Amino acid sequence: MHSLWRTLDRGTLRDIALVCLADAMVGAAFGAISVSGGLPPWVPVVMSLVVFAGGAQFAAVGVVLSGGAPIAAVAAGLVLNARLLPFGFAIGDVLGGRWWTRLTGAHLMTDEAVAFVLRDGDPHRRHAAFWACGLGLFVSWNAAVVLGALAGRGIGDTGALGLDAAFPAVLLALVLPSLAEGNVRNPALLGAVVAVAATPFLPAGLPVLLALTGLVLAIRAPAPLPDREVR
Amino acid sequence: MPLLAVVALAAGTYAFRLAGPVLRHRLRLPGRLRHLLSVAATVLLIALVATSALTEGHGFAGWARPAGVLVAGILTLRKAPFPLIVVLAAATTAVLRLLGVP
Repeated sequence: MHSLWRTLDRGTLRDIALVCLADAMVGAAFGAISVSGGLPPWVPVVMSLVVFAGGAQFAAVGVVLSGGAPIAAVAAGLVLNARLLPFGFAIGDVLGGRWWTRLTGAHLMTDEAVAFVLRDGDPHRRHAAFWACGLGLFVSWNAAVVLGALAGRGIGDTGALGLDAAFPAVLLALVLPSLAEGNVRNPALLGAVVAVAATPFLPAGLPVLLALTGLVLAIRAPAPLPDREVR
Repeated sequence: MPLLAVVALAAGTYAFRLAGPVLRHRLRLPGRLRHLLSVAATVLLIALVATSALTEGHGFAGWARPAGVLVAGILTLRKAPFPLIVVLAAATTAVLRLLGVP
């Protein structure tokens, strides 16, 4: 782990720090919204520690605060988090081979960390970026949720600051360069259209999963670097 | 929200996260499928960008947020520094809202 900071260049560390800052503001809003909605402060705090997935946390608390059953809150959160399953298969190698790095690293897997990993092709830098982003986000997100829960009604209007645009903007800035390949771009564009078109009709989370239908364009096209395994 | 619901959500989420890192070594996925999985990750992230930029609940999110995300996209293509991209995206959305754009 000591080589982690030397492996990453200053630019990447700065980008990760900025993502942590942006997510911390969203985390503070999550804590504040949960508490001012009437939940006891331990709910957002414990949930952030053990679930550690912003979208699912907002969805679950939103269901409960609007009078929904806890089981509906769990279902909404789990549907949103189902995308973590393919993420794990795609970038699972960056967690390392030891059982305890896999157990802890898995919990740190977020959209942002996956996007940082996909940005780089070098295995050492992918590994370092994942852990730096994962640990940084875990600390900043949870600290911010505690502060937000304590502040309660004081904060909460992230809309006026445009912070709801920050999350898609961060992901777009990280992922857009990988769309230069037509092999990736066409499935991604088709998937995005399908997901947006399905949003009015399906529960939250499912439209994003439905975007995987865009992969039909990747199956037909030949792989750019055919790395066949010797059997 | 009962503790049991929080624990259930946490356990299910952790299972989704852990399945890939643990199983990918045992399944010995062919190269073709591994390539497809990395494309799938990008497809999911772009879909997440599109839905979180354009929609709120089951409807349109209003113009302010997608305008901010569009600014982020243009700045990324022009290779602007990452902090500038994120700050200007949020600022665009905030200023539009200040001007009364939903």
